[in-house]
Amino acid sequence: MYSFNYVRPSSVAEAVKALNGGNFLSGGMTLLPSLKMRLARPETLVDLAGIAELTGITIEGDRLCIGAMTRHSDVASSADIQRVLPALAELAGGIGDPLVRNRGTIGGSIANSDPSADYPAAAVALDATIVTDRREIPASSFFTGLFTTALQAGELVTRIKFPMIKRAAYAKFPSPASRYAMVGVMVVDTGKGVRVAVTGAGPCVFRQEAFEKALDQNFAPQAIDGIVVSAEGLNQDLFGTPEYRANLISVMTRRAVAAVQARR
Amino acid sequence: MGIAVAMVVNGRNVTAEVDERTLLVEFLRRDLRLTGTHVGCDTSQCGACVVHVDGRAIKSCTMLAVQAAGSAVTTIEGLGSGTQLHAVQEAFRNCHGLQCGYCTPGMIMTAVELLKRNPNPSEHQIREGLEGNICRCTGYHNIVKAIASAAKVLQATAAA
Repeated sequence: MYSFNYVRPSSVAEAVKALNGGNFLSGGMTLLPSLKMRLARPETLVDLAGIAELTGITIEGDRLCIGAMTRHSDVASSADIQRVLPALAELAGGIGDPLVRNRGTIGGSIANSDPSADYPAAAVALDATIVTDRREIPASSFFTGLFTTALQAGELVTRIKFPMIKRAAYAKFPSPASRYAMVGVMVVDTGKGVRVAVTGAGPCVFRQEAFEKALDQNFAPQAIDGIVVSAEGLNQDLFGTPEYRANLISVMTRRAVAAVQARR
Repeated sequence: MGIAVAMVVNGRNVTAEVDERTLLVEFLRRDLRLTGTHVGCDTSQCGACVVHVDGRAIKSCTMLAVQAAGSAVTTIEGLGSGTQLHAVQEAFRNCHGLQCGYCTPGMIMTAVELLKRNPNPSEHQIREGLEGNICRCTGYHNIVKAIASAAKVLQATAAA
């Protein structure tokens, strides 16, 4: 690691002021390995762990609000989230491994926009709202590309607001080594239309509109039979070709639809 | 350079000046000489370095010592009472849950938290709970048996 200054402020205002071109440190599950490999050289690390206003799981009106520093294990085990948005608790319980889930945070995952991260699929499919220190950003315009988001320099995600929809499910095919999504699909039946968001397959989370239209007509796994998913632009790595991933998008979508149907 | 940290490690108050870059596992092993916590991969995959911070099992190769300032840390040395092994340690011995022993401290620290969250896990839940710990000798079977056996012992103790 290159050297850096470390600060641990106790408020969002102090954190934003202290950043000075450095990096916010939330759970550190991506940032610390990057620093160890000298892929980044921030002058300052602003640890968000001491900021009480970034924690907490609350229900405000028709929205589930999750503080940015909420750990994956806390989302997975929250009785409130299991009740009002079970798909999100299940998704969080499948991230990485239990030790990673004890450190990694929802805000860190959202802000990082890793192409294989799980939360972006939930945020986009559920049409969540990303709240920052200065504005609210709809998830549909938040994730802009590979590790890039609509966040401005120095802008801090403070919480994420989700609609409470029980008819939703996430199905992922995890990399057997890292448990990152080779492909993960979140399917949401909002009552006014079906939304399907895909992570792991491309440079950034995206919606699968052809599937959405078919599922609007007939909400059943076989509704997407015969719809060809193009492999163009999909990810290629040691674990799978673009064609393999294109097929996984269909397979995982069918599994997620079946899981929604199985919900009571 | 350097920043003052204070934390409680295995029940003992510890203060030290550390470089900001010092990993928690380096601080435990090098500064405190608590070498029971191992470094396997150093890339947050293998779980040999698992310790508890404020009761949660974490990989100490992927946490800075300064991040643990103000926290209570428990390492494998802090599990037993000094003369008596923790039930999970005892079960690993009885079930032959180790061969070379390198992964064992991390396995045990992960298992202790797993049993705290879920005192009566199924075999599947134990295997899922060990996803962040890699063992290259045992094939995991005896580790899983050890944890199931420790769960029975701990439940009997709790009921007594």
